[in-house]
Amino acid sequence: MTKDEVRQAILDILADIAPDEDMNSINDEATLREQIDLDSMDFLDIVMELRKRFNIEVPEKDYEQLVSMASCIQYLQPILNDRQLAS
Amino acid sequence: MNYDVIIIGSGLSGLAAGIRLALFDKRVLIVEKHTVVGGLNSFYTRKQRTFDVGLHAMTNFSPKGVRTSPLGKLLKQLRFGHDDFRLCEQEMSEIRFPEKTLCFTNDFELLKQEVATQFPGQIDGFMNLVRKIESFDALSLVNSGWASSRDILGNFLSDPVLIDMLLCPLMYYGNAQERDMDFYQFVIMFKSIFMEGFAKPVGGMPYILGLLVDKYQNLGGELRMSAEVESIDIEQGAARSLTLVDGEKLTADAVISSMGRVETLRRCLPGLEEPTDELVGQVSFVESLFVTDQEPKEMGYNRSIVFFCTANRFRYEVPPDLIDVTSGVLCCPNNFKYPEPPSEGMIRLTNLASYRLWDALPRREYIDAKKEWRARALENLFTFFPDFSDSVVFLDSFTPKTIFKYTGHLNGAVYGSPKKEKDGTTPIRNLFICGTDQGFLGIIGATLSGISMANLHILQKKVVPDV
Repeated sequence: MTKDEVRQAILDILADIAPDEDMNSINDEATLREQIDLDSMDFLDIVMELRKRFNIEVPEKDYEQLVSMASCIQYLQPILNDRQLAS
Repeated sequence: MNYDVIIIGSGLSGLAAGIRLALFDKRVLIVEKHTVVGGLNSFYTRKQRTFDVGLHAMTNFSPKGVRTSPLGKLLKQLRFGHDDFRLCEQEMSEIRFPEKTLCFTNDFELLKQEVATQFPGQIDGFMNLVRKIESFDALSLVNSGWASSRDILGNFLSDPVLIDMLLCPLMYYGNAQERDMDFYQFVIMFKSIFMEGFAKPVGGMPYILGLLVDKYQNLGGELRMSAEVESIDIEQGAARSLTLVDGEKLTADAVISSMGRVETLRRCLPGLEEPTDELVGQVSFVESLFVTDQEPKEMGYNRSIVFFCTANRFRYEVPPDLIDVTSGVLCCPNNFKYPEPPSEGMIRLTNLASYRLWDALPRREYIDAKKEWRARALENLFTFFPDFSDSVVFLDSFTPKTIFKYTGHLNGAVYGSPKKEKDGTTPIRNLFICGTDQGFLGIIGATLSGISMANLHILQKKVVPDV
């Protein structure tokens, strides 16, 4: 997956979790928690959606890597590098 | 077929737990003993009219875009948009006591002003109480010691009338305990009613339940109606199977029950040490529905909900008679901001009632008693509200006995046991409780309860509550 595909995959997950949010306004460098008020329950959902869609496990020690869009991409792209989009 | 999880009960908590589990590809089955979903918040039809039971209004209203509120969390967790719930806010509600009234809306500022005007000597204490409530984490899943709301309120307020007036709506809408209230429960109810507020969904409970059932089934969740659990079969400290009343056995790795804690434990086979009677809830109600051919406003009913007490002191306890007519809740569904006004007028009256006394009546006397006590409740009501009896075109009442019959909650105790298990655990390692006895009440609370228990016990790997 390219960087843009990874970004889109994360956006798809966020759009499912928070259908009322405008995902076009996401600033990649700022924290997701601040921009769309994600709480610990939501981060659990992101992790579970990654497991469901891409069959990857994010260990708890790595949750902090999911803090912003930029850090998500940086963390997930090497893992997803050799995978095709699920759908 | 072995399920990952079987959920007992298709009320809001069971459906919400089911949606969460189905979202993450768990094989999940909900079994419901009744022919209609909803449990304590359901609906029934008489003469082409559909009536909600349980629901006067949804508490915890927060506007679209507020994401950290209980409603905002619920929407995210179940993947709904705010518009999906079609919520219409209240106009204005009121707490009416013999000498004082306090009005409130979904804007908390009004209640502060009302307290300042009606109880000028109490406003500083009230504001300090509000600060304590704001900083209190009431949604923690960790059990804490019981704390008396009356004692804590007494530390902030010196006027017993104001204390009773604040407790009246919060107790009527969510207190399983007689006379006093666990303080965390008070905080949940205070925030959900006074700081957030009331709304009703267009289409009522049938609409909301339909939304949840559709989502659940579209995700692959299974739902079986008229499937009553006879026993939860225990082997070596774990639930191995459920036996239905018709003899069928179902197996699952885990069971989440919304039947109530005592109700669930009493179905375990072999039996556990018998739960004590103090765990069984006592508080129940009689509710009467009046369909009117006039708008309630035209008859002088201009509030969304009125919590009233006609006696000098408010007593929230099982009455010595079939009904306590001296306090109650009056709800006018018409007085919510619907896009289209409802086609008929509707007034609902709720009073505290005694399950034991209703249950003891033989059938004929039971029917007569419903009529007689409805008349007495109205007679008391009309001493300080306008008489609407001439415009009634349909009426119906249900009692604690009716509630027990359809929901299975002992004593018809709509708020369940006074002792809550916030983490939902039982002595059986893969059997968990959600719904009223977990401790989040109301429509939003029940739904969050199912979500929290599914997350905590099934979806999250480690079983350590989020503190």
